[in-house]
Amino acid sequence: MSTPRGPSVAAICESHRNDRFRLMNIVLDVQRSHGGIDGAALDAIAEALGIARVQVESVVSFYGFLTSRKTGTYVIRLCDDVVDELKGSPEIAAALQSELGIGFGETTEDGLFSLEHTSCIGMSDQAPAALVNDVVVTHLRPGAARELVRSLRVQEPRGDLRQLLNREYGDGNNAHERVRSMVVNNLRLPGKVIFAEMEPGAALRKALAVSPAEVIREIKTSRLRGRGGAGFPTGMKWEYTRAAKGAPRYVIANADEGEPGTFKDRVILTERPDLLFEGMTVGGYAVGADSGLLYLRAEYAYLREFLESVLEKRRQAGLLGKNVLGKAGFDFDIRIQMGAGAYICGEETALISSCEGLRGDPKTRPPFPVQEGYLGKPTSVNNIETLCCAARILEMGSGWFSAIGLQGSTGTKLLSISGDCTRPGVFEVPLGMSLRAVFTLCGAENPIAVQVGGPSGQMVGPADFDRALSFDDLSTGGAVTVFGPGRDVLAIASKFMAFFVHESCGFCTPCRVGNVLLKERLDKILDGCGDATDLDYLKELGDTVKTTSRCGLGQSSPHPVLSTLAKFRPEYERRLRVSSDGNNPRFDLEAALAKART
Amino acid sequence: MSEPISLSIDGANISARPGQTVLEAADDAGIYIPRLCFMKGLTPAGSCRVCTVRINGRPAAACTQPAAANMFVENDTDELRRLRRNVIDMLFVEGNHFCMICEKSGACELQALAYRFGITAPKYPYLFPKRSLDASHPSILIDRNRCILCSRCVRASQELDGKHVFDFVGRGHGKRLAVDAERGLSGTDATAGDKAMKACPTGSLLVKRIGFTVPIGRRLFDRDPIGSDVDKRPAGK
Repeated sequence: MSTPRGPSVAAICESHRNDRFRLMNIVLDVQRSHGGIDGAALDAIAEALGIARVQVESVVSFYGFLTSRKTGTYVIRLCDDVVDELKGSPEIAAALQSELGIGFGETTEDGLFSLEHTSCIGMSDQAPAALVNDVVVTHLRPGAARELVRSLRVQEPRGDLRQLLNREYGDGNNAHERVRSMVVNNLRLPGKVIFAEMEPGAALRKALAVSPAEVIREIKTSRLRGRGGAGFPTGMKWEYTRAAKGAPRYVIANADEGEPGTFKDRVILTERPDLLFEGMTVGGYAVGADSGLLYLRAEYAYLREFLESVLEKRRQAGLLGKNVLGKAGFDFDIRIQMGAGAYICGEETALISSCEGLRGDPKTRPPFPVQEGYLGKPTSVNNIETLCCAARILEMGSGWFSAIGLQGSTGTKLLSISGDCTRPGVFEVPLGMSLRAVFTLCGAENPIAVQVGGPSGQMVGPADFDRALSFDDLSTGGAVTVFGPGRDVLAIASKFMAFFVHESCGFCTPCRVGNVLLKERLDKILDGCGDATDLDYLKELGDTVKTTSRCGLGQSSPHPVLSTLAKFRPEYERRLRVSSDGNNPRFDLEAALAKART
Repeated sequence: MSEPISLSIDGANISARPGQTVLEAADDAGIYIPRLCFMKGLTPAGSCRVCTVRINGRPAAACTQPAAANMFVENDTDELRRLRRNVIDMLFVEGNHFCMICEKSGACELQALAYRFGITAPKYPYLFPKRSLDASHPSILIDRNRCILCSRCVRASQELDGKHVFDFVGRGHGKRLAVDAERGLSGTDATAGDKAMKACPTGSLLVKRIGFTVPIGRRLFDRDPIGSDVDKRPAGK
């Protein structure tokens, strides 16, 4: 038997007051100290929490970063995102496999290493990248990957990985003593809303000087819309939450940016955590909440300790806690809820499920979170960029904010730009900027295609390059992934479909099955076995998944297929085959006979 | 008491009691909205999406959508029939369904829906998943080949039996039905008398030793198509 690396399962449960709503934290802690959540651990957790074993198993089996198998001391998770692939992740994968002598999904015999693939880890601007436990390694090269494994082999177990793996720390707070990461910000264009200097408390003082209703009115006047992609008016969301019956109420900041190609939240969390927490506190005051949650994706666990320290500083400065800034009756504090590797948890009701210690299944709507959210109470879930904007609006005024951007898309937007360009990184631009102007900023020469808004957004070609990035034209949560000459848009679309197949929660039929079928038929065409009927088939199947799926994931997962069908139809047509013998084009009679003839 | 709610389905004006879903109100009005994961007496899940309707133009699951005043509901339209057919098709190819040897044939809701929608063979390619069987329990059999992940047994066990025999593990295409014990169903407190055992719409969950007590040809859907108990509109409409 293995020797546990830490406290017993029962002690871990106890440290979370045997609270079943903290199941996520419990299983994460068990995995960290025991290297996996095995059958005995499932039993022990179920007993301590007074729930069924299968409920615990259900949660553990849902999340990409949780496992029932015993993992190695070092879990290497190589990002297999599209951009990483363009930047050479297949060579890194080969180097790691040969150095370790294992395949992906396996653990070395000495129990030292596990090797996994993982979806986008928010490092597309410094790809290829991987996680070693919680530590991020970027700009990998095959030689560096081998070296990394060798240095871990001789490493004292439980030594500080950060010191070993990060010889040079990144810029700004990446070098902070509580971060110490080689990640760089790549903040190429700071704007005046998010990345201007901020003084902790400045926005909050202004908010607390007026009534919550006036705070909401200020946000409404600014015409701020949600930055996660859906673009819902933030003032209305806060108003609904405040008006809903039930207490306590909650504010949840969504920092689960899992959309491949998005990494702007990473830079907010690193450089402007005070602005974010200020926005959450303003939101808490506005909706009448006394606590907030920051849902932090597992991939950003390397920032957790730093974020906790910022929260602690704010408590000491009276910006959190009882009677915030001396405002009698306004108590507000924030806790960090870790995720565990599931794209679906960026969907607000799935995120709430996860915060409640459940599988990340989206919830039935109605009721909406503003009515019955976290623990059944009124909850406002906002993207962290939205909350930063809200804080700045209180500080600078709604007029100042709405003067930036367009009438229906006010303010700035953070773009995460990566792919075939010379200056990948984060750009804060006024909403309404054209794609072509964005290309100039990021150094994209002759792009042939751009994925706007990540896989759930759309793939556009040169005909759309003069369109504007805004809620009413090309809407985006921030990802702009550039593809240059020679890139195969259908192969990229297939990668994106693989992502959705992997990340579908499986709750509803069309998303669970339809994405598998979409990928199958797209791959058939890519293999040169498609015929003209396959294009109609894909269109109808895509429309079915989009129309009948239960949540935003399935309602947008066919986009890689549907948008390339609409914008890059010749790419499909040139691969289609006309069957000469009336047989299914997938079946090559001559090739099949050739085997027998030899 | 609150006033009845008035809404329209395919042009017919119907009324709903406050708290009713669109599907329940339609049932009371004798209008059948096809459904699969819905079961009377259980919290609706909205997972199969067979009951997808359009409400004021927007797609929604009728089984979870509360009826509201002045809703304009589209149900029996060409588009929705096509979408539902596609979703039913997906359920067939996702599992391994062999009606000709299935004990549930004739009483299976998935099969009956296929007949109602005129599906003779799926248009999607079979995925032929490798699924497991659990025959460990002395009187209950789980055949996951036929499981459509509707969650009726999961919900029935919790809501009607006060147990937690079933739940789902995995996600996406790898999602499957699991039971509350490492060694299979025999390790749980499930009994053949549990209401959960009658909740399965297909032949995935079967009580042993009662096979073919009702001969094929005299089973639930052998005489009348699924939905006949609800549908009070003239035939052919």
